[in-house]
Amino acid sequence: MDAKRLIERGPCHWELPATGMMRVPVAVFASETLLRAMDDKSVEQAVNVASLPGIVGASCMMPDAHWGYGFPIGGVAAFDADAGGVVSAGGVGFDISCGVRCLHTGLRRDSVLGVQAHLADSLFKHIPAGLGSTGAIHLNSQHMHDMLTGGAKWAVARGWGTEADLERIEERGQMLHAKPGAVSEQAKKRQRDEMGTLGSGNHYLEVQEVTQVFDAVIARAFGLTLGDVVVMIHCGSRGLGHQIGTDYLSRMVEEAPRHGLSLPDRELACAPIRSDLGQEYLGAMRAAINCALANRQILTQLVRDVFARHLPAAKLPLLYDVSHNTCKLETHVVAGHKRELYVHRKGATRAFGPGHADLPEALRGAGQPVLIGGSMGTASYVLAGTAASEALAFSSACHGAGRAMSRHQAKKTWQGAQVVDELAGRGILIRSPSARGVAEEAPGAYKDVTAVVDAAEAAGLALKVARVEPLICIKG
Amino acid sequence: MAASAKTARWEHFEHAADIGVRGIAASKAGAFEQAALALSAVIADPARVAPLIRVEIECEGQDDEMLLVRWLNALVYEMAVRSMLFSRFDVAINGSRLRAVASGEPISVQRHRPAVEVKGATFTALHVAQGSDGQWTAQTVVDV
Repeated sequence: MDAKRLIERGPCHWELPATGMMRVPVAVFASETLLRAMDDKSVEQAVNVASLPGIVGASCMMPDAHWGYGFPIGGVAAFDADAGGVVSAGGVGFDISCGVRCLHTGLRRDSVLGVQAHLADSLFKHIPAGLGSTGAIHLNSQHMHDMLTGGAKWAVARGWGTEADLERIEERGQMLHAKPGAVSEQAKKRQRDEMGTLGSGNHYLEVQEVTQVFDAVIARAFGLTLGDVVVMIHCGSRGLGHQIGTDYLSRMVEEAPRHGLSLPDRELACAPIRSDLGQEYLGAMRAAINCALANRQILTQLVRDVFARHLPAAKLPLLYDVSHNTCKLETHVVAGHKRELYVHRKGATRAFGPGHADLPEALRGAGQPVLIGGSMGTASYVLAGTAASEALAFSSACHGAGRAMSRHQAKKTWQGAQVVDELAGRGILIRSPSARGVAEEAPGAYKDVTAVVDAAEAAGLALKVARVEPLICIKG
Repeated sequence: MAASAKTARWEHFEHAADIGVRGIAASKAGAFEQAALALSAVIADPARVAPLIRVEIECEGQDDEMLLVRWLNALVYEMAVRSMLFSRFDVAINGSRLRAVASGEPISVQRHRPAVEVKGATFTALHVAQGSDGQWTAQTVVDV
């Protein structure tokens, strides 16, 4: 996009003032280089979001923002229910509560390299990945109800993981006020055999090495040192979340005129928070958050079981679990006043600063771990939330690299086998059921994740703590 | 099939993060069939999927575009809960109602090598219309 349209508000912080139908400005957090690369459509979407009823502060774009559905991916917007605010299914996305969790292993690079190929094969065998894979877990309707209300807490009670895991998950592992009754039977049916599965597309499980530490004090609080091996899992609420997104997007489109909402783009479909549809969606979406938390919790146990076979000394405590497609009711200080706001983060990570009451005691001094997934051949980052992020973007930061090239183009540009061989030559083992899937996710199809996190740090959204690089990638 | 093989075709089109599916045919129903083939081809090569099992699908939409979204989402749902891929579609549209038979077979990861799962059809670049040449186009972006 053209930077001339914007006012520079600070380092990597730009503003498009409110004009026309906009109720608030658009705030863009990006370097000039990232800004130039941002497509005009994503900015147009952020402008449309800025026109929605009840929006507070600004319609925000993170450094990895790109064209999404109604809302830009990498978009953050907060709404006040008392001011006629809305909740939007497109503002959360199809993969509700898609997120990243990071596990310590207590291992160093050398001990993993000794069993790298066996570990890769074993993880690929035991972690269901890709389309057509099902887990070993099959839920009846009572279990489904319990899972949708209990989240990771339900999973732990059934033996997947430990109580200690829960305090390292947003919402302590259980999203309250979920309404399984607002989830369609179709959505539940799609999920019956999908618990403990990774999914496909950009979802993955990686074994990674800490290759750089930027902030030694916070890294120590997070338990990360140079050469440590960690595991990162990126996946979401699987078929259940996809179906809830599908169901409610259609309903919000159809019912918008009834709520007096005139939308510049059908995909901005939303409902007043204080409406039956708005409340039903929030209840269903919270159930999907629980599904995603339970799913990542089950996958965690599967990973621990695999490590126990190959590296029995390894313990895999949870560093943290973040969700980057959500709408959550949070308290934020806006212009000196505390307000209860419904914060949509579509492809954006919550990033609470030091001292926030929702953080577990062990992390409270350091700030919330913000886990940023890169592409499979490059790097991922661990960041920490800052106090400044609240005033800038309702305590939010970026979520990943963001695509630089369409799947269509990537498929034409690379062969899956060639990508696998090239990465193997660099010591990164890829295991995937689909060569075409690997080609579509080739590292070159993504933006530079380092440029994204550098911009997030320069803007004050989060602090860089550590860089991690993959040794093994299980690609769905 | 509702449209002649001569004119009916499908294609994918670009979207930054996802992929667009487009069906083109002499009739609206034919364009919907071709869009469904384009959807299948996002996942795997339809030529490798044998049309062995028939699944009946019905849906409704307040306009043609909503009907296309509902049709593609019905297919996404049936593929997910039946663990199937489809390669043949016979569609009939009567006003706001669509009735169809989708034919396919259970997914074989070995044989079909599915590349990616489709999460749902979106309203992005959604368009159903008859062009000046009489050809119908039915398209939208699907989230993968």
